[in-house]
Amino acid sequence: MPFHEAVRLALATIRTQKLKSFFTVLGVMIGVMFLVAVISVVEGMGRYMEEDFAGKLLGVNTFTVRRSPDINVGNVTEETWREYQRRPRIMPSDVAALRAALPPGTRTAISSETFAYAVTPWARTKQVQAVATDGDYFQIKKYDLQSGRVFSPQEAVLGTPVVVIGTDVAEHFFPNLNPLGREIRIAGIPYTVVGLLEKQGNVFGFSLDRLAIAPYQSPLNRVTNPRGNVDGLIVQGVTEPAMQEALESSREVMRSLRRLGPADPDNFALETSDSALAFFAGLKSKLTIFGAALPAIGLVVGALVIMNIMLVAVAERTREIGVRKSLGARRRDIMLQFLVEAATLSLFGAGLGIVLGLLIAWVTKTVSPLPASVAPWSIGFALVVGAGVGVTAGLYPASRAARLDPIAALRQE
Amino acid sequence: MISETQDAPMSTTAERRVVVSQTGAAPSKDWVIVTRGIQRSYDMGGEVVRALRGVDVAIRRNEYVAIMGPSGSGKSTLMNVIGCLDTPNAGEYWLNGQLVSTMKDDELARVRNKEIGFVFQTFNLLPRASALHNVELPLIYAGVSSDERRRRATEALERVQLGDRVHHKPNELSGGQRQRVAIARALVNRPSILLADEPTGNLDSATSAEIMKVFEALAAEGQTVIMVTHEPDIAQHARRVIVLRDGLIANDGPPDTIVPAYVQGH
Repeated sequence: MPFHEAVRLALATIRTQKLKSFFTVLGVMIGVMFLVAVISVVEGMGRYMEEDFAGKLLGVNTFTVRRSPDINVGNVTEETWREYQRRPRIMPSDVAALRAALPPGTRTAISSETFAYAVTPWARTKQVQAVATDGDYFQIKKYDLQSGRVFSPQEAVLGTPVVVIGTDVAEHFFPNLNPLGREIRIAGIPYTVVGLLEKQGNVFGFSLDRLAIAPYQSPLNRVTNPRGNVDGLIVQGVTEPAMQEALESSREVMRSLRRLGPADPDNFALETSDSALAFFAGLKSKLTIFGAALPAIGLVVGALVIMNIMLVAVAERTREIGVRKSLGARRRDIMLQFLVEAATLSLFGAGLGIVLGLLIAWVTKTVSPLPASVAPWSIGFALVVGAGVGVTAGLYPASRAARLDPIAALRQE
Repeated sequence: MISETQDAPMSTTAERRVVVSQTGAAPSKDWVIVTRGIQRSYDMGGEVVRALRGVDVAIRRNEYVAIMGPSGSGKSTLMNVIGCLDTPNAGEYWLNGQLVSTMKDDELARVRNKEIGFVFQTFNLLPRASALHNVELPLIYAGVSSDERRRRATEALERVQLGDRVHHKPNELSGGQRQRVAIARALVNRPSILLADEPTGNLDSATSAEIMKVFEALAAEGQTVIMVTHEPDIAQHARRVIVLRDGLIANDGPPDTIVPAYVQGH
């Protein structure tokens, strides 16, 4: 029997027994539904991490020369912490040496930040994320302004107390006021607002709009780094290979500055978005495995239900099998008929599950801060799983049907 | 359909004796069925039942044969063996020049598909399928394309005067119509033999007569027809009657002599 005949037959059987078929595939449907939903949410988080988290917090094709990694997720032993503490700090002299060694076209910016209290005559005291920086900070971070301007090179060199603020800062400290040209006191020192950033949104509930960015030479660096050092130097290559090249030359410069022998480990950190994302990649694979393990239970139950229903179908249709055999159906024809029927049933359940799974992913995305992104492969995967469950569940009933003795089958009432 | 001889010929006893005695040799093309000493026994819970105890049957192409016998005579077993649903424990069975007694399951399925058209007492139509689809079934297993299948199935239904009932389900048809669908299904793949098992067993006498007319017409067209029955009236329609008793052939000849003797025996 050709394959499409078997499919047509299976569809006809499902059509005549709609409700029964629906209950039969309930297990598979639920399993696939959660499978698709979990994969979508995990996948969404992954994309979120890569695009928003890494992109917004760290920048594209960017690395930071730091004393120790800023983003420490996962297990950091006490020993490692102690080693971080023993490392020398990054000093402005290091920054100068690094900048001299980097190829032209590479963007750099000093990054020093801390939370500091700010106040204006119109609002209560509140913390802002104070950043003292220079160079190409705004380009690297892709911070666009909605009004005003960034500070000029002259202001940077002179350390003029001017500040570019985020939308949250503007709303809190300058309610219903245009903040441009007004004064905000950060850690007791007045700064003039010259620019207002576009709204950046948040990453994992952490607002990116609480920034107050001032020139590195301004008094702010005494708040961010009272010891006269810097948190780090952000370096952005034009392209990924340029970034890698810059990374290696920075390593050389730092190692020679620190007079490290060939066998000594780096006593500084070159933090890329990859190194920050490496942890999440591990987390993501674990989430995917655990997320898939639970629906797998549903799929196993679904497979057992389908197997049971198929056994009933074989028993109910023993006579039909006898008739088919007497008309020339071979074992493989009967086998194919029941396998395809089981697979079609299961695929039908998988189809319903996919639709519901997408719905769950969409609802999750809409009502919760959890992002969700539908991975096309997850739909393909769910269909393969659905067909696989059906074929697996159908194997035993189908082989029983195929092995029926035609005479006994015909005799059955 | 092969139809050189219109007057439903009958093989002679002597001819049959010759073809049956040539053990191991393939019979000539004239002989559509030759069995040589076939035996079939079943193990019924430790007790061996010998249903066939050495049956020699030779049936020539275009013959119209009824197989009779009381229940337990082995006629159902013989029908199953002839219909390639069962294989004998011993002896040879040649069907249309092929030795089927040693064939495996799937080869038997192919032979059933190509050589045999079954008509059952209980019709055995698929209840959820239309008359047309029921008739198409053997063609599906023969691998015929769907257009060709539809054409041939419609043709077969028209031959049994059911051209206007192709899309009806079995439960929308009368008993006689159902049996005619079954006959159309049996004939659609142009089999060597039409094998009917008590074809009128579930029908009233008027409908039985109608079905017997169909068989007669087919036999007249040159179709080999083999019919298993226990009803003398039905056997009377055949050109030749084989009587089985206790797993052996008890009588074989034209119905006008065999049937009265059979009726008297009961």
